[in-house]
Amino acid sequence: MKVTIDGIEIDVPKGTTILQAARMIGPEVAPPTMCYYSKLKTSGGYCRTCIVKVTQGSTANPNPMPKPVASCRTEVMDGMVVQNITSPEIIEARKGIVEFLLINHPLDCPVCDQAGECKLQDLGYEHGSANTRYEFKRREYEPIDIGDKIKLHMNRCILCYRCVKTAEQITDGRVHGMIHRGDAAEISTYIEQSLSNDFSGNVIDVCPVGALTDKTFRFKQRVWFTKPVDAHRDCKKCSGKARVWLKGEEVLRVTARKDQWDEVEEFICNSCRYDHKKKSDWVIEGPSPIHRNSVISQNHYQHLNELKVEAMKHQKALGFMSINKKP
Amino acid sequence: MGRKLLIHNDKVPGINTLEVYRAHGGYASVEKALKTMTPDQVTDEVKKSGLRGRGGAGFPTGLKWSFLAKPEGVPRYLVCNADESEPGTFKDRYLMEKIPHALIEGMITASYALGAKRSYIYIRGEYFYVARILETAIAEAYAAGLLGQNILGTNFSHDCFVQVGGGAYICGEETALLESLEGKRGNPRIKPPFPAVAGLWGCPTVVNNVETIAAVCPIVNMGGEEYAKIGVGKSTGTKLISASGHLNKPGVYEIELGITVEEFIYSEEYCGGIRNGKKLKAVVAGGSSVPILPTELILKTAKGEPRLMTYESLSDGGFQTGTMLGSGGFIAMDEDTSIVKNLFTFARFYHHESCGQCSPCREGTGWMEKILKKFINGTANESDVDLLWDIQSKIEGKTICPLGEAAAWPVAAAIRHFKHEFIEIAKSKKFVDISHYDRLNKVIA
Amino acid sequence: MGAQVHGTQNFDKAKRSGIKFSEEAMNTVQKIMTNYPEGKSKSALLPVLHIAQAEFGGWLSAETMDYVASVLKIKPIEVFEVASFYTMYNLKPVGKCVLEVCQTSSCWLNGAEDIVKYIEKKLNIKVGETTKDGMFTLKTAECLGSCGTAPMLQCGASYHEKLTYEKVDKLLEDYKTAGKQRNYTDLDYKNTL
Repeated sequence: MKVTIDGIEIDVPKGTTILQAARMIGPEVAPPTMCYYSKLKTSGGYCRTCIVKVTQGSTANPNPMPKPVASCRTEVMDGMVVQNITSPEIIEARKGIVEFLLINHPLDCPVCDQAGECKLQDLGYEHGSANTRYEFKRREYEPIDIGDKIKLHMNRCILCYRCVKTAEQITDGRVHGMIHRGDAAEISTYIEQSLSNDFSGNVIDVCPVGALTDKTFRFKQRVWFTKPVDAHRDCKKCSGKARVWLKGEEVLRVTARKDQWDEVEEFICNSCRYDHKKKSDWVIEGPSPIHRNSVISQNHYQHLNELKVEAMKHQKALGFMSINKKP
Repeated sequence: MGRKLLIHNDKVPGINTLEVYRAHGGYASVEKALKTMTPDQVTDEVKKSGLRGRGGAGFPTGLKWSFLAKPEGVPRYLVCNADESEPGTFKDRYLMEKIPHALIEGMITASYALGAKRSYIYIRGEYFYVARILETAIAEAYAAGLLGQNILGTNFSHDCFVQVGGGAYICGEETALLESLEGKRGNPRIKPPFPAVAGLWGCPTVVNNVETIAAVCPIVNMGGEEYAKIGVGKSTGTKLISASGHLNKPGVYEIELGITVEEFIYSEEYCGGIRNGKKLKAVVAGGSSVPILPTELILKTAKGEPRLMTYESLSDGGFQTGTMLGSGGFIAMDEDTSIVKNLFTFARFYHHESCGQCSPCREGTGWMEKILKKFINGTANESDVDLLWDIQSKIEGKTICPLGEAAAWPVAAAIRHFKHEFIEIAKSKKFVDISHYDRLNKVIA
Repeated sequence: MGAQVHGTQNFDKAKRSGIKFSEEAMNTVQKIMTNYPEGKSKSALLPVLHIAQAEFGGWLSAETMDYVASVLKIKPIEVFEVASFYTMYNLKPVGKCVLEVCQTSSCWLNGAEDIVKYIEKKLNIKVGETTKDGMFTLKTAECLGSCGTAPMLQCGASYHEKLTYEKVDKLLEDYKTAGKQRNYTDLDYKNTL
């Protein structure tokens, strides 16, 4: 099936969504996503950040679609023509969505563990506006523990349903879910229960914001001061393939590996995540591929030192100064 | 007098019982359809009748029925949407309460056309006492062999159940209704697939409004062509209108589509004019979600033609100068009414009823209510009007289900036609509710 | 709404074991469960919650919801998700008679605010509160489909329409004398005032 997105044509198999087709073309035209998760069935459609304009439904029915559609939940038709970043209307609508997602968000990035790897931060930076027009009190909840390893900051939640679907599809007994409705809807456990299933920790990885964080990592370190490496170990419960976040010789955190769309490649078990915090527990394969624009790539000490040495070499070659001590 | 097909017998004593209902010609459509017609012939009559969905969207019923997938070995369902919750609308309750068998009869005839062996009437939980009336009627129908195995000795068997909701406007959206009927939160589904392909428990399903299903009976009895002769153009047949607000005679009226709005408001046959000798200020013609229109635009179109009670005439001029027939929830407001305050009650309603699934509706409806509250408190600024306008435009068309539009349209229309009222409050920093006759103080005095 | 109250509830296992439908209620529940095809008994959740609410004090405690989950053989969280979505289920104790005054458009146009104020004054409570004797809880409601007979209030299964202060006086008196639990189940239908 042929589909044209922002003027770029691509051939995709039947059943491909507009979003998947756009991702095949590349990150330049792929709409941002906050709730869609390719690894979770029936995810997506809620946040509306990935909406696009369909200017031609198909070759057979060339009419445009009357409203913007969620690209993550709309399948491609042969001859479909889609506008994402080439539609000013979509850019404006997306700005609106970002604003809606932020009006009740506490904007507490300075004290949020997710800062630096937060999808909402990225979204706000790329598609939002610098000021808020919201003047009312924001929703407030007390942070709670759901189990001894996971902290829930409901204030930051954007109600993407990813954690609910993860619990439903990856674990064998969902105890948390979406309660209440409208803007009072919240993620909660039933009667103060805890998430104790072997795979429950995966809800942390799928959370796009700082609503669900790893208590064993909380406040230990800013993520951009850590060094992620891909590593593995023999594990009977899961593949044992994980991402280990190092600070020197210390393992600060273990997460699943994520692909270029920031989605978990393979879900990992709680034992790998929480119980193996020694470097010797892991066979380190090498640095994790992190997007070069990510703040995580910016600030590795070692990397920085190399840069400094490079720079000084340059300067020396140019006769500015001499290297008399190691930086 | 206009013709009445649905509630012509509403004043007959005992019409809620099977005996009296049948004595007045009830269940004739079941007899006729099951004994003399094929299911497709019934569907054809409905197509010919031009009947359009009476719940609000006005989609041609026959066409909707023809979309129903019919794979072998998979059950099909008819679900009646009795979750009437659109502010200003109470016609379905009236019909079910007064003549419950009119709905049951329609359920059987329609189910026969669709090949549904089971049907459900999903009724809003607040209409609890109405659900009981329906259950009594269903029990009577079973006892008379009109439901159950081999209805009236034919090969057609059918079971009909009443399901009570739990209190949520959103369950009037057909996929939210199906979710709720499955015992889940009333979150609208993401479409496609549509219910005609994958509805209740994943099976092909038709969801129709109470009045739509009841209208199938006269259509089968008189024939689709005859039915289509009533009305104007594509607005065929009769329609129940729920009239409320500052009218002399609020209530449920069955009208022939095509009478003028003026006749409906002012004639003695219908609403009998505005109460207390006041002048009409504005009308919400089709339930809270349709655009409000000032008197001059509701009585006459922008072209100066008399506005008719039809789908087409009411929407003449688009949203700039027109509105919609919607569910037929007709709210009239007199000259003392504050449009801003009325809008506030709508905004509060949509905020309260948003399911919270998608972000524009979840966050936007509450935001609009808070800004409108500023007007009521007299603390709003002129820029708040522009902000409201911008927020509604960013909700409209961006949501999973039509609740987004339903919340956005009334705001847009109130600003479009009554901007001066907003500006006045913002400038004077005072909100005076002159429509608010403080009856309490009078009583205490 | 729930923004102030976090969704987690206290749960008393001992109390839970004491919860059981009466025979009459259980029969109704089982009959409702046959309304659906094989394996679809989760569909009975909404009607069964109404019955549970009527049976166990007019509200749904964590223990009650847990019990309903066990009857329908579904996860407790599924019950909690649903019970908290719909407005008719009380997640906190309420008075014997819950007065719900409609406040949307047509009712407002016809003086719903005055009716609310009048009841507040008369019962000496605010919207959302319950009288000290546990008799009345006052709530506001969104459109209850009684616009042509506005203003109105709902109490249990009964609609009280075209309200005047005199009518409010009378119905409060009637409810007080009846002293009945007002709820939305068929068990209650015979008692509709």
